[in-house]
Amino acid sequence: MDQQLYTVTVFSENQVGLLNQISIIYTRRGVNIESLTVSPSSIEGVHKFTITSWSDRTLMEKIVKQIEKRIDVLKAFLYTDDEIVYQEVALYKVPTLKLLDEEHLEDIIRHHSARILEITREYTVLEKTGHNDETEALFEELKRYGITQFVRSGRVAVTKSTVEYVTLFLEEQARRRAEGLI
Amino acid sequence: MNEKITGAEALLKSLLAEGVELIFGYPGGAIIPVYDKLYDYTDRLKHILVRHEQGATHAAQGYARVTGRTGVVMVTSGPAATNVITGVSDAMLDSTPMVVIIGQVASSTLGTDAFQETDVVGITQPITKWAYQIRRPEDVAWAVARAFYIANNGRPGPVVLDFTKDAQTAMVEWNHSKCTYIRSYIPCPKINMADIERVAAMINAAQRPMIISGHGVMIAGAEKEMAAVAEKGDIPVVSTLLGLSTMPSDHRLYKGMLGMHGNIGPNVNTNRCDLLVAVGMRFDDRVTGDVDHYARQAKIVHIDIDSAEFDKNIKTDATIHADARDALEALLPLINHADRTRWVESFDRYAKIEREKVIDPEVFPTEGSLRMGEVVHKVSKAAGYKGVLVTDVGLNQMLSARYFHYAEPRSIITSGGLGTMGFGLPASIGAKMGAPERTVCFFTGDGGLQMTIQELGTIMEYGTAVKIILLNNNFLGNVRQWQALFFGGRFSQTPMVNPDFVAIANAYGIAAENVADRESLDGAIERMLSHDGAYLLNVNIDPEDMVFPMTPAGAPVDHVMLNATERLELD
Repeated sequence: MDQQLYTVTVFSENQVGLLNQISIIYTRRGVNIESLTVSPSSIEGVHKFTITSWSDRTLMEKIVKQIEKRIDVLKAFLYTDDEIVYQEVALYKVPTLKLLDEEHLEDIIRHHSARILEITREYTVLEKTGHNDETEALFEELKRYGITQFVRSGRVAVTKSTVEYVTLFLEEQARRRAEGLI
Repeated sequence: MNEKITGAEALLKSLLAEGVELIFGYPGGAIIPVYDKLYDYTDRLKHILVRHEQGATHAAQGYARVTGRTGVVMVTSGPAATNVITGVSDAMLDSTPMVVIIGQVASSTLGTDAFQETDVVGITQPITKWAYQIRRPEDVAWAVARAFYIANNGRPGPVVLDFTKDAQTAMVEWNHSKCTYIRSYIPCPKINMADIERVAAMINAAQRPMIISGHGVMIAGAEKEMAAVAEKGDIPVVSTLLGLSTMPSDHRLYKGMLGMHGNIGPNVNTNRCDLLVAVGMRFDDRVTGDVDHYARQAKIVHIDIDSAEFDKNIKTDATIHADARDALEALLPLINHADRTRWVESFDRYAKIEREKVIDPEVFPTEGSLRMGEVVHKVSKAAGYKGVLVTDVGLNQMLSARYFHYAEPRSIITSGGLGTMGFGLPASIGAKMGAPERTVCFFTGDGGLQMTIQELGTIMEYGTAVKIILLNNNFLGNVRQWQALFFGGRFSQTPMVNPDFVAIANAYGIAAENVADRESLDGAIERMLSHDGAYLLNVNIDPEDMVFPMTPAGAPVDHVMLNATERLELD
């Protein structure tokens, strides 16, 4: 099967318990969630879930349909990486003294487009946004200073499409309601 | 300004506003305030006190399946909540509209492992269309209206309302308005005419089309439309287990049931047809057998109200996402009059083999012990072919589904998807209450009956005139059959030592008798059916009785066992 990383975006009403409803759809079919981000969307009152997982297309299409079937889900979409613009953010906590010993600190920061968020006598926190392989590369580089903490956020993504399907869906629903079709 | 009432009373008023007449339930600590208020409402809301909460759910399912209306269940928290899980799960798989109201501990104690607290919403989310916790009396009217809308619109299913005790006792101004719209939910999609035209063209172009009629046809009330499409196009119709009775058994184009123990013609011709038009069904594995050898030669058209069913098990060539009646109604004018006699008659040869090898020995035996098929046939005939069949699960289910005669829609109530032993007795109670004018014939086995046998108490209390036909082989017969055929005859834990069922029935004040031989069967059936009230017929069955034909699990659908030793030869 064509195992690859898929991104699912889910737009939902602001109802309690949706995260559980969505995640158990993955669990039941034995698909691990790699990353998950929940945030407001551009539409007021509509929440957006961005979920990545390794799987094959057939199974992912079924999962998306099952998600969309939940009553409070407005729309769910399946994407591969080429269809979206996506980003992650990673934080690295490194002992400050060790960093100061490094002659090429400036190079590293420039090369990785990383930022320093905080410096204390004991530790320094660096931040890097990018794709998984990019944040991973900085991790590899900083390893030799002894990373004391590392965290990477879930993926956030927007589509490359020029059509905003959720907006269209909501407009269509409003129209149907106004016309008494529902 | 409305007078303030308790959340408990708001619930009852909302149920009345939704047209509820009947509640199947069982009181307990966390739902006492509602039961207390119910005391004042018994003239308007009839409450059936079951003997176990599981029984309440199956009774509500029986009621819903025979009427098409939403079944209502009311129980307390904790163990009562967990006791309804089987019925809720069953209703989810078999698309049965049901609203289950469950008491919950006070909201201040949620999450503290309070007495009889369980995470109802967490447990039921995966097995319901919607599960919601009512923590404020202000939410009662909204949640109840939404629950009924969701349960019985679109593809029906169960809804759970988890009602905290403090919300039951707090005061609220009650304003109920029916739910007619949920922004994120389109229960009944609009017909796409391009899809209709495409499918009509496929049907018109087909030489050997076959319609599969599923439960969705019954739910949509699309029996007439389906028959009209079939008749116009001269298209044979076969049904799923839950689709039985969507077409009369004796209709010229009705060719039988699909599946593991279905009729030979429908199963074999699944792999002979050139177009399969599946209406309101979901290609369950008990229907398809090995999906890699399922109708590979045919184009597949799938008509369903639930688009998540498309391509779930079987890849489709065309779909119509719609209510079955809307879809068939739209298709009808586009279907060409056709004569497909040769194709329609191609089922006859398999029907003849089945009659000789399977049906005659099962239904018309002249010697040996009584057989399940013959009992079913005789009961169905004696009931004027008009009864409602309720089954339990197992051999009794397969044989009664096969040999009962269906004359009108909504004549079979059975646990299809979940296969719940113990479903039948309470379901028959709900069915009889939903259709008091019909004869409810409940076929069960000695295993399944004992899983919910306490509901005999409900029958006693309410005088529910259910006809119980116990096909008693002193075995867990379906498992025994698999052990006989596939596990070398090692009957591990399937023989059963049984009680005196007649004495048990009598103890509940239910008339009952034993039947052990062929000569006394007709008379006993006559006494049962003419008796005014419930009746239990304990029929001693050949312990080696099995159900055939059989397509073994995972085998291609046309690999048919005619009996324990013979296989159907395919040409």
